[in-house]
Formats: sequence, C-alpha cells, structure tokens
Amino acid sequence: MRAQPEQQAPPVQRLRIRYAKRGRLRFTSHRDFSRAFERAVFRARVPMAYSSGFNPHPRISYAGAAPTGSASEAEYLEIGLAEVVDPDAVRRSLEEALPDGLDVLEVVESPGGSLADRLAASRWLVDLDADATAATRAVDAFLGTETVLVQRMTKKGLREFDCRGAVVSLSASAREAGSRLDLVLRHAEPAVRPDDVLAGLAAVAGLDVGAAPLLTRLCQGPLDERTGEIGDPLRVGP
Amino acid sequence: MSAPRSAPDSLFPRLEPRLPSVSKPIQYVGGELNSTIKDWDCAPEGETVRWALMYPDAYEVGLPNQGVQILYEVLNERDWILAERTYAVWPDMERVMREGDDLGPIPQFTVDAHRPVRAFDVFGISFSTELGYTNLLNALDLAGIPLHALDRTEDDPFVIAGGHAAFNPEPIADFVDAAVLGDGEEIVLAISEVVREWKAAGRPGGREELLRRLAVSGSVYVPRFYDVTYAGDGAIEAVAPNRPGIPFRVRKHTLMDLDAWPYPAKPLVPLAETVHERFSVEIFRGCTRGCRFCQAGMITRPVRERSIGTIGDMVENGIRKSGFEEVGLLSLSSADHTEIGDIASGLADRYDGSNVSLSLPSTRVDAFNITLANEFSRNGRRSGLTFAPEGGSERMRKVINKMVTEEDLIRTVATAYSHGWRQVKLYFMCGLPTETDEDVLAIADLAKQVIAKGREVSGRNDIRCTVSIGGFVPKPHTPFQWAAQLDHETTDERLRRLREVVREDKRYGRAIGFRYHDGKPGAIEGLLSRGDRRVGRVIEAVWRDGGRFDGWSEHFSYDRWVTCAEAALGALPEEQRGVDLDWYTTREREYGEVLPWDHLDSGLDKDWLWADWEDALAVADGADVEVEDCRWTPCYDCGVCPEMGTEIQIGPTGQQLLPLSVV
Repeated sequence: MRAQPEQQAPPVQRLRIRYAKRGRLRFTSHRDFSRAFERAVFRARVPMAYSSGFNPHPRISYAGAAPTGSASEAEYLEIGLAEVVDPDAVRRSLEEALPDGLDVLEVVESPGGSLADRLAASRWLVDLDADATAATRAVDAFLGTETVLVQRMTKKGLREFDCRGAVVSLSASAREAGSRLDLVLRHAEPAVRPDDVLAGLAAVAGLDVGAAPLLTRLCQGPLDERTGEIGDPLRVGP
Repeated sequence: MSAPRSAPDSLFPRLEPRLPSVSKPIQYVGGELNSTIKDWDCAPEGETVRWALMYPDAYEVGLPNQGVQILYEVLNERDWILAERTYAVWPDMERVMREGDDLGPIPQFTVDAHRPVRAFDVFGISFSTELGYTNLLNALDLAGIPLHALDRTEDDPFVIAGGHAAFNPEPIADFVDAAVLGDGEEIVLAISEVVREWKAAGRPGGREELLRRLAVSGSVYVPRFYDVTYAGDGAIEAVAPNRPGIPFRVRKHTLMDLDAWPYPAKPLVPLAETVHERFSVEIFRGCTRGCRFCQAGMITRPVRERSIGTIGDMVENGIRKSGFEEVGLLSLSSADHTEIGDIASGLADRYDGSNVSLSLPSTRVDAFNITLANEFSRNGRRSGLTFAPEGGSERMRKVINKMVTEEDLIRTVATAYSHGWRQVKLYFMCGLPTETDEDVLAIADLAKQVIAKGREVSGRNDIRCTVSIGGFVPKPHTPFQWAAQLDHETTDERLRRLREVVREDKRYGRAIGFRYHDGKPGAIEGLLSRGDRRVGRVIEAVWRDGGRFDGWSEHFSYDRWVTCAEAALGALPEEQRGVDLDWYTTREREYGEVLPWDHLDSGLDKDWLWADWEDALAVADGADVEVEDCRWTPCYDCGVCPEMGTEIQIGPTGQQLLPLSVV
C-alpha cells in the first residue's frame, strides 16, 4: 500500500499578473498558454506553491481568457507562491522565460479577494475591411435596437441569445483600409463575445465584416456604470 | 558567380487572415521557445546554404522528433547555414493553401520565418516510417516542386531523404534527389560544404554536377545514377551505377563519440500540444541485443554510449532551457547503459524534492529495472511499467532471439507489483515468422499468469495488465528481410481469437486490457518497407487519389492502396511486370534474390544475416542457438565494425553525478 502524498503548505504570497498576447502568438489557445506558462515559471525558477495530491500542479488561476485568434493587451492570472518574492523580479524573469508575443506586462501582490470578480467588462478594438460609412450605419442601427438575437455553436449545441444587452458602448471610425470598432462589453451570462456583436451587426444591418476581423482586447476590469469607463483590476479601489 | 537570390517574402501575411478558419492554427505560426530565425543571407561572407527540414507528419508528431531538432540545431550553429522547419499540413489547411488568394495558391512554408520551401537549397525529409511517403509527395506538390527528381530545375531545392526508412529509399527513388543512411549530424555539414562550394563556383554543371559530387563520395545515395534491371519474372536482376566514378555501394554514417555532440542543447518548446511533452536525452545509440525483427537494432550498430557526466549535464541544461519537468532517457534499450544505476540514483538525488520526474522508455524484462523504476518515481507519479516480451510463447521468443523466459517475466512483474505498481503493460507482436495460432494464444496465458502473480504478491484485486499488440512487418537489413509477412486476414483472425480467449476468462479477463490495430496498415507498411522502384508508381497513384497521413487510421485507406497497387503495378512496362501486393509482402525470398537495398551498405554482412535467418528457422524446429550481445561476449562477426571502421564505445567511466550547487 502506497502512502498518501504529503499535504502541501498553502501559498505564502499571491501575485496577480497582467500579460499580452501579440502578433502571431494570438493564435495560442488558452490550453496552449497555460502549458507554456507552467514551463515558464519553472524555467524562471519562480518558487511556486503546488497543489496536493499524487500529481501536484503549480497553483495558477486564470481569469477571463480571450478567445483563440484574438490579440490582447490585458489578460490576467494569479499565482500562489511558496516563498515571498519581489514582484518586479518575477516580472523580469517571466518576461525572459516566455516566447516573444506572450509578454508579461505587470506583476503586483494580490490584495486578496477574487480576481475574476474584478474583471467585469472589456474594451475591444475590432479592425474590419468594411468602410467607415457602412460600419457607422450598422452601429447606429445596432444601438437603436433593444434586443439583437444571434446564434453561436457552444459545447452544449447551437444556442440563441441576445448580444445587445451586454454592449456598454460601441462606435465606429475610419482606419487606413476599412474601419475600426471601439467596443465595451459587459461580462455577462451567457457570455457575449466580440464576434457575437459582429454577428449582431450583420444581422441588424447586413454589415459584411470580412473573413478575418482582427480583435484586440485593450483592457478589462471593473466597470464604472455611470461613466462606462473600465478601471484597473490590479489597483485597489471600488 | 551566379546572381544572389533575393530573400523571399514571408508568407505569413497571406496565411494570417486564413488561420482563424483552420483547426489548431498555433501549429502553423512557429515562434517556439529556442527556435532560430536567421537572415536569408546569413553567411558573413560568400554563399549561404539553406535547408528546409521536414518531418512528414503533423506538427504535433513532428515537432518533438529528436532527429529533426538535432539537425536544426547543428546546421543553425554554423553562421553560413540557415535551417528552418516544415511539417505536413492537415487537410483543412491544405484546402486553404490550394484555394490561395489573389496571388494564387499559398505554397508549403516553413514555420520559422514562413518562407516558401521551394526557395531553399536543400529540402531534407526525415522518415521514421514509410507511411509518411504520401505526405512527402503532398509537400512537394504544395511547395511547387516537381514530384519527379528528373523534372526539377535550378529553381528547385535538392530533395534529400534520411531517417530509418532511408535504408531502403527505392520506393521513393523517383521523388528524391538523394538519400542518406545513418546518423545525420556530420553528413548534413558535409553536404552543406559541397553545396556551398558548388554555389560559390557559379553552380557549374547544374543539378547533375552537384549530385555527382555528392555521389562520388560514397556517402550519399543518388538514385538516378543507378540503373535497375529486371529478370523478367518480377525479380530484380541487378542494380548498377550508370556512369563512371559512382560507387557500387553507398555506406551508412556512424557518429562516434556522442559526448562531442550533446544535442539537443536548445530543445524546442512548442506552444501547441504535442505527442511528447518532455525533454529527452539519448543516453546511447545502437543496440546489439540481436532481436531479429528489429531494424533499429540492426542498422544503428555498434553501441555508442554517452557518459554519465554528459547525460547529467544534458538533463540539467535541457530542463533549464525548456522548462519541461519530465525527462526521458532515450535509447533502444535504456537499462542496458553500463552506468544506468548510477545515472538513475544520481539524477533522482539531484532533483529530489523538486517536481522533476524521470522516465525510462524501452526497458527489457528484467527485475533490475524495477529498482530503476523505483528510483525514477521517487519524486513523481507512478503510472505504469512497460515491458516487451514481443513473443507470446517461449519458442517464439527464441525465434526472434528475444531471450526472456516466462520465469523472468513473472519474477519481474512480481517485483513490480510488490513494490506498489498497479499496472503493467506488455507489448507483443503478431505475425512473426513460423508463428502459429498457439503462439499467439500463449499471450493470453502469460497475461493471466501476470495478473495471478500480481494478486498474490500485492494481496489486492485492483491490479491491471494491458496487452498491446502490433503486427510484425519484415524490414530491410534484418535477418527477417527474407521472411514472408503474415497476410492481414490471418493476423486479424489470430487477434480475434486471442481477444475472445481473454474476454471469456471469468477470473482474469476483466483485469486484462487489450489493444491492437487491424492488420491492413501493416500490409501497406510491408509493401513500402521492402518495395523497389516500381512501388513509386503506387505511392504516386495513392497520393493523386487523395491519400495523405497514412499513419493515421482515420485517414488511411487500405482499399485505395489495393486499387492503386493493382492499377499501377499492372501498367508497368513489360519487362518489369510480374509483381503485385502479395509478391512484395507475403512472399518468402530466396538466398540468391537481389534485394532492392543490396547496394546500400548498413555494414551488416549479408551472409551473416542469412545465417541468422537460418538459425531462426532452426530454433523454430527445436534447435538451441542464441545470439548473445557483443558488448559482453566475443564478436560474432555481424560485419558492421570492420566494414564501417567503428567500434563499441561503452563505459563504465566510474564517475558519479555530484549534487548541483544551488543557484
């Protein structure tokens, strides 16, 4: 009879990390990223706390990962450590240990509480081939509609849901070739993704969004319902 | 001087908008940790030599391949050589590439800098298995490189095959410009030198002249410089050089002193999930156990060990550079390293208290291995142990010269189960020469005894044994190269009966898992393994009909291969006719037959191989002959060392691994 594995001590420090997914590495899936990150903490010799059990895992919790294929300047995760370390030293060594395109931007000590709860909304930029006039017309039509039903294939099959209610703000402007949407989305249940909003624009105004619109998450954090602004989830605040 | 070729544009901007529409796009974007991107004209002066290296399977299988990683690194270490990697694209990506965009189809690209494969000087493909041949044709076609070597121009790369399958490259002789046998580390550099000189001199004599320069060395096989004549009854009459200066036989390469080549030193770490998520160190190359079915053991002789010190350094460097916490100690029979005990305990000590775990694939049935396995699982998990008795009956194991007795096996598993292991996996082959139904059914008896013993020593009922069975495929350069391959119907029937017997057993049946594949892919592997140049037409017909990824059961089509073989072999010129699928697979060969690979020198003396084949048949009838291992018994004259000018390089060194100082 084999003995039960030793119980691991709880983490002595928790760090919150903001990182970016850029360039060609925006095609990294969440599973791919989590494997790469586990290797990176080992290479960087970050003194991780491990879970208990026969197959201990480093304590890493992810929150609100962007869909595969979209770029992001604001992805977040939290790690639990077995020793107290200097957050900035961790940032430097992780930056070194991750491939270019998966870039650690900020590391701060966790004030406690839930990180996921502080990620209430996201701001997205969406680059389209469609010209700005068409995009603006579609945005106006979309915002003027109370409910916009769209469909998406989920793990539970094809589902229909409203994509309008989660939109806090949406505007269109011209860019070099085509247009750019500026979108603030509330993290709701069921989740509404920026591509659902694109489907909504197509449904309401027949907007042709092209084969491969480029999605970039600029920030995510607490939502100020009064101003529609998104705050910094790593700063203590309301 | 020829005009320098300008750097080709990256294909990535053309791929990028299409990537969201294909599955797992990450496999096409590169950017792996420790990958290398160099300037197209990286040579500080003179000509740059550029290699596109391919493993002809999906990225998830190809990326971890040690051979490609080693050559990628060895080549890129030279400042005048550039090497990038490419893999087989899945059918959804192939559709996207063929459909293309405003600029036309998107050609086969490297994942490093997304350069078109056709722009490189050399296109090197490593074949671990013959089932990658259709993927070669697909890559050539996607790259815009003519399929047939003779149709290629100065604008095309030299297509060079390597890997174990290249020991009989005849089935792909029409599609490759050259093939290289054996260890690649030194020969890729030698080839690069020849290419550099030829380019610097303004490419005198065109492709033909470069290939001649490679061929005259006797270390690169250029199929076009050899003519095959046929005897009229299907058999080959002769293979002979067709121009002066070309040697009759081409030799394999053997890397001596593995300590001087500690690669991979910068292991590639993919973002995508791959089949091996670990860092592997090859602890020795070659094997002289003398298992008669084993092509790897025959063509990689002699045994050359890495020393314990180098292995320790490579492990430490590898895990630090990669971040992998799992380390595999690779070789054909890892527990045979002269200092494996010290290596195991030394590494286990070094990484005690960390989450680094060690594994030892390919171990023999030997109680000593349990001690090793215990060392290796000191820090980590204890998943299961795998042993390969290969043959179900004692008679069968003697025929293949795998000298494991039933007692050995039972003693070994008893040790394993009494040390807390719960699961043992046993690997067997079906279709070995002289095999009968009873030999295969003996696998069931063995598995039952294993479970019975396990329950006895552990006092528990939850122990398991998984029986994994592969179909035997006779391979070139082995004593079984003359053997008849068992037809797939009989293979399937034997496995069906075996499964029935296991299932029906009330006491043990539920504790025995059973894994096997049907015999059809093995038949095609057999055709490609022992085929000759005529088989090239079959491969081409299958690829034209849509054949891809033949190593994947969901893509492999036996019917397509059979139909194409009938059509292509039936349409051969008169003097080449008389062959079909059975002729290549289920037919036993005679001593005097010219084998398609006779002109390719693995060092093994053909008469020794024949004598060993005769011994196998004699053993099958009750004779008692055993080939021992030449590492610890006198040389038995297989021929390799004198023919190749090599020698056995083994320890012990007597050294120990010291604890690492904490950084």
